[in-house]
Amino acid sequence: MAFVTANWNPLGDAFYRKIELYEMGWNLKDGLRDCLVAAAPYGGPIALLKAHNRRSPSARPQLEIFSSSGLPLASFPWKSGVVKQLGWTVSDDLLCVQEDGTLLVYDLLGGFKRHFSMGNEVSQSQVLETKIFHSPYGTGVAILTGALRFTLATNIDDIKLRRLPEVPGLQGAPSCWAVLTQDRQSKVLVANGSHLFVLDNTACTPVTPPGLSPQASSIVHMCVSFSYKYLALLTDSGHVWMGTSNLKEKLSEVDTKIKAPTKQMAWCRRPKSQQPSAVVMWDGLLLVVGECKETIQYHLDDDSILVPELDGVRIISGTHHELLQEVPGACEEIFKIASMAPGALLLEAHKEYEKESQKADEYLREIKEQSLLSEAVRQCVEAAGHEHEPETQKTLLRAASFGKCFLSNFPPEQFVGMCRDLRVLNAVRDYTVGIPLSHTQFKQMTIQVLIDRLVYRKLYPLAIEVCRYLKTPEYQGVSRVLKHWACYKVQQKEESDEVIAKAVSVKLADAAGISYSEIATKAYESGRTELAIKLLEFEPRSGEQVPLLLKMKKSPLALSKAIESGDTDLVYTVVMYLKNELNRGDFFMMLRNQPVALSLYKQFCKHQEQDTLKDLFNQDDDHEELGNFYVKASYKEQRLEARIGHLQSAVDEYYKAKNEFSAKTTEDEMRLLRFQRKLEEEKGEQLVGFSLHDTMTTLLSVGLHKHAEQLYKDFRVPDKRFWWLRLKALAEKEDWEELEKFSKSKKSPIGYLPFVEVCIKHHNKYEARKYVSKVTLEQKVKAHLAVGDVEGAAEAAIERRNESEIGTVLSRCSATTDHLLVERLNRAKATVAKK
Amino acid sequence: MAHTEWRDAPELPDFSLLKRLARDQLIFLLEQLPGKKDLFIDSDLMSPLDRIANVTILKQHEVDKLYKVELKPIVSSSDQLCFLIRPRIQTVKWISDLVNADKVAGRFRRYKIIFTPQKFYACETVLEEQGVYGDVTTDEWNFYILPLDDDILSLELPEFFRDNFLEGDQRWVTTAGSALHLLQSVYGSFSKVYGIGRCAKMVYESWRELMEEGEQRTRQPEFAKVFLVDRDVDFVTPLCSQVVYEGLVDDLFRIKCGSVEFGPDVTSSDKSIKVMLNSQDKVFSEIRNEHFSNVFGFLSQKAKNLQTAYDKRRGMDIQQMKAFVSDELKGLKQEHRLLSLHIGASESMMKKKTKQDFQELLKTEHSLLEGFEIRECITYIEEHINRQVSMIDSLRLLCLLSITENGLLSKDYRSLKAQYLQSYGIKHLLTFANLRQLGLLEEQQAGETLTVMESKVGKLVNDKTVGKLTDAFSSLAKKSNFRALSKRLALVPKSGEEYDLRVPRDMAYVFSGAYIPLSCKLIEQVLERDGWTGLEEVTRMLNGQEFAVTGGSSSSEARNKTDAQRIVLVMFLGGCTFSEISALRFLGKERGCRFIVVTTAITNSARLLEALLDNHA
Repeated sequence: MAFVTANWNPLGDAFYRKIELYEMGWNLKDGLRDCLVAAAPYGGPIALLKAHNRRSPSARPQLEIFSSSGLPLASFPWKSGVVKQLGWTVSDDLLCVQEDGTLLVYDLLGGFKRHFSMGNEVSQSQVLETKIFHSPYGTGVAILTGALRFTLATNIDDIKLRRLPEVPGLQGAPSCWAVLTQDRQSKVLVANGSHLFVLDNTACTPVTPPGLSPQASSIVHMCVSFSYKYLALLTDSGHVWMGTSNLKEKLSEVDTKIKAPTKQMAWCRRPKSQQPSAVVMWDGLLLVVGECKETIQYHLDDDSILVPELDGVRIISGTHHELLQEVPGACEEIFKIASMAPGALLLEAHKEYEKESQKADEYLREIKEQSLLSEAVRQCVEAAGHEHEPETQKTLLRAASFGKCFLSNFPPEQFVGMCRDLRVLNAVRDYTVGIPLSHTQFKQMTIQVLIDRLVYRKLYPLAIEVCRYLKTPEYQGVSRVLKHWACYKVQQKEESDEVIAKAVSVKLADAAGISYSEIATKAYESGRTELAIKLLEFEPRSGEQVPLLLKMKKSPLALSKAIESGDTDLVYTVVMYLKNELNRGDFFMMLRNQPVALSLYKQFCKHQEQDTLKDLFNQDDDHEELGNFYVKASYKEQRLEARIGHLQSAVDEYYKAKNEFSAKTTEDEMRLLRFQRKLEEEKGEQLVGFSLHDTMTTLLSVGLHKHAEQLYKDFRVPDKRFWWLRLKALAEKEDWEELEKFSKSKKSPIGYLPFVEVCIKHHNKYEARKYVSKVTLEQKVKAHLAVGDVEGAAEAAIERRNESEIGTVLSRCSATTDHLLVERLNRAKATVAKK
Repeated sequence: MAHTEWRDAPELPDFSLLKRLARDQLIFLLEQLPGKKDLFIDSDLMSPLDRIANVTILKQHEVDKLYKVELKPIVSSSDQLCFLIRPRIQTVKWISDLVNADKVAGRFRRYKIIFTPQKFYACETVLEEQGVYGDVTTDEWNFYILPLDDDILSLELPEFFRDNFLEGDQRWVTTAGSALHLLQSVYGSFSKVYGIGRCAKMVYESWRELMEEGEQRTRQPEFAKVFLVDRDVDFVTPLCSQVVYEGLVDDLFRIKCGSVEFGPDVTSSDKSIKVMLNSQDKVFSEIRNEHFSNVFGFLSQKAKNLQTAYDKRRGMDIQQMKAFVSDELKGLKQEHRLLSLHIGASESMMKKKTKQDFQELLKTEHSLLEGFEIRECITYIEEHINRQVSMIDSLRLLCLLSITENGLLSKDYRSLKAQYLQSYGIKHLLTFANLRQLGLLEEQQAGETLTVMESKVGKLVNDKTVGKLTDAFSSLAKKSNFRALSKRLALVPKSGEEYDLRVPRDMAYVFSGAYIPLSCKLIEQVLERDGWTGLEEVTRMLNGQEFAVTGGSSSSEARNKTDAQRIVLVMFLGGCTFSEISALRFLGKERGCRFIVVTTAITNSARLLEALLDNHA
């Protein structure tokens, strides 16, 4: 185990180590010399572009993209303008900034995605320098133009260009500059000689780093830490100043004693670092500076670049790929020579145990006595996470597992989680995949993003394996990967629609939460409408099918899908779309075949477009509905003429619909309306709009008997109704004499019981009695009871020998007063019952 | 009494949770528009809103003034207007007009529309067409369900019936599906779903889709089974006069959102009193399911008991009196107040309902249900129309006649319709058109046109398809088949037997022993058979569309053990009546289970028919 510390170098209180990640798989002729290089953080891809040869502008340089292990991912000749800068976006897209301010975006397999411009001003004055930066808002670009002005966009997916204020006294390009993200704002920090300025949206503020050594006459290099919290400055006197990026605090200052021009400088720190430290690179030399005067020096054989990471710096050269970082606390505790930390003891104990030596017990005892065993296990697990070599990881995890045996109630999550994480990490660190993520980075980046990155690299099987292994919820995991796979699959031009559709459906069949419509959209975008339609068939949610179908101009299909879904909002969406898209005739024809859509549209028209409704009925030759439509319209009219006009139209329609009944009734109504108006004019009675019955009631009540009579004849009012009307009207007026006359005028078609009842209703028993005798036998009992003549009722009931009627009368007798009667009734009842 | 709680009744879930959820969301929405604002509320949302959040709560969230939406120009000085409305095109149009008027007047205000229970695309289209889409913000208040009582949940959507069954507008289907989904997500999933009717099927589909989209939650279900039923499966029941107390109160005084306003004739004072009618009302909960002929007796007994309780005061010493006043008096007073109200109500009922007219009306209804003395019934109806007794009642009898007789003879149909129009005006041509469309009031097909067609087509194809064709034709004709159904399901008990309404022996008691509600009978049969097997003939007569699905939770060993397994949720699409609820409560008691009724709205004959009028006059 001794060799674990072989690559450790002390600096102040901390140790630094340089680990080899890969031997590069690429074969570069000249290494990285004269190349534009961009390597994405989090073990992302590397892009290379040979610098433009000014002397032979016609020669096309090759743009090459490699994985972190140097395996080629893409390569194509660069045909556009002069590239000033390469960079990667947060979603692994390559950004190429051209001299004229145009940005081109490629995916990591070299597919062109889009391009956009950084504005007129930039294209006129040309790009001088560019910095691409990442912030919580996405990927940003800052450009220094030939006019020495800065233009900045915080998120390239939502471009909002900001032109920053001028820097006073700037004659030529500033000696160095950097982008800061502070207070939810992106700012630029510029050094002009020994002067420092902060540029934000509105102002240019001069600042001074506290305690910067006075020997310096110019700041030649600066860098901001990964988290934007710290700033390092390098002066022409060879001093490295380190402090917070808000320039309020100085952390340290170290004299490198080297005044040669630097190539690159980067922060080298990790979360919970023991000390601030930066890496400075010169030709052939790398220096780590911290708080103390000493530095660590590494010799570089080859041209290299530094890639700052969350927890260290990666160094990429023509042949190797290394990680330089401060040794994490847990590793230091365990592996430091002669460490007595609990983790170290546990590791030792486990080693002895493997050797079957009793020393194991001694070590264990020592830890247990201090009751630090759980701490020891924790250390081992944590350290395992920070180790790159699977062998070391295993040793540490075995030790942890060994320690765990002696603990009860030790929560297993950390150990199990770490084993899982490491398995995934080792898989993606594999040479063929080439994503050298550290555990810290992995946790920061989250599994979702890692899966995305695998998907971008089209490593679908691995991504699915990872999801399954980590038990990511299907919706975010496997399904998502499959969807990406399918989207890629549908773009494969060489295969037939059937084959692709089948392959997709077979693979995606039982995955939850798949959106077939997204896949179909992709297919449609790559010009395969038929395939898109086939894929949409698999989409279970109609809500997703419909918009795409509309986009593909498959409106009849869209309409029937919308109706199938039962979602009326969808149907409306399609109907409204069709309404604007088609001419009226076609539109109506289409609706005609879809009753659900038609009735929905009718509902809409009822409130919004009455006339359209009429047209709809017309188109269908639905005369019945048209008739109803006109009748309805007539009620909305105030003027009588208009009303009659509408009714006339209704009559015509009803005739066309062969509905003579409605036609006749409507004609009657027109006649009635005219009659009512005439009378209104003549007699001043409010009549228009009344029903026939109400009209007659009114006429009778004001004594216009003649007119009522006329209506009775003209409108073939049934005798019964007329008698009821007369009866009621007379009783209402309490005109008993006239009532009697009326009763004798003819044989009553409604019988005479109503006469009795109407009198009783108006509390006239005397009059009521007059009619009792005229009532038919069947109703006699009722009549007698109505006038309160119990005895008469009893007579009638007994005479009729009707059991239920006798019962009714009995219920009206009171036992005390009508004693005799009750007896008689009971007797009669008994005889009736006998029969 | 027959219908008080019985021992061993399964515990019902706590539905007040639904109110809390709705309230919290509403408050959240109101806070989205900070500052003082005037709130405009759709008139039919007033009462439901009151059950969720009263004025005090609204005021606490900076609602300044409350207005009812009247579709007229408004007078409001507030700079922020908030509209709480149902997603109706007219209302949205009215709001658009307001916004446009403000624009013309150069007035700047903020507008927010809160649609409940959901937003419809058509409403947004109106906003767009009126050019105010950018001026208003819209939101949804997902207030799907209002618990009216322990066992009644209402969607409070009376327009569901007309929109869905008459206009063929299915936009509320998803709402009903979402309501079920809400219940499921709060109270757990169901083991079995049954249903009958086209709309029921669609609601189930929409609900199923929501289930599949959402996360599956495995928890102990609080309901065992769900039964979905379309209103148009059974039109007979809501058309009958109601005679159980709660139904009768609804018919006479109209219960609105669980509360009723008793007029001066009931309160025997000059004021009207609003009373909440639910199981909290101890007096009411004992009589609500009773046939009204029993109610009066019960109430007078109760009054006597109360008097005895009061009388205890006599002969008490000071100490006892003190205890009496503090412990019992308040309860007694409360009971006294309620008792006197219900006595007043039932008196007023007796006055109206024991009259000759009502008895004859009931007799006619019963004859129609039995198919007995139809001629006399027609004469009675004719007289009813001629005397202008009641517009709705006449219509109701006509519909009952048509459904029970499978349509009217042409001669009768024309004459009755003509008479009706003479009495109530020609605008009812539209009403008749609507009724015909729904199959509520029809003319018998002249001759056997359909049968002739059938046999003609039948000759052309093989036997199997003939069967299908016959089905298709019969559904085309929308035959009600009531008589045959009634026979097969024994809906009408044999006449002649005495029916003791005090001790009901079946659900028929809710209609004086004359008729078992078809809807409830279906539910009973399906639950008994655990599906539709054996009911093929019945479903064929009801135009099919039945289904039974076994739900996600297959905890078969838990079945019959937990209380939850004895709770059945019944959803009426298009409304249900109190009589049906009473019948189900009775059924539940007989079978040792409990029913929870979910309905799009509480309905009765008057509401059902009023929904079909075209009142534009």
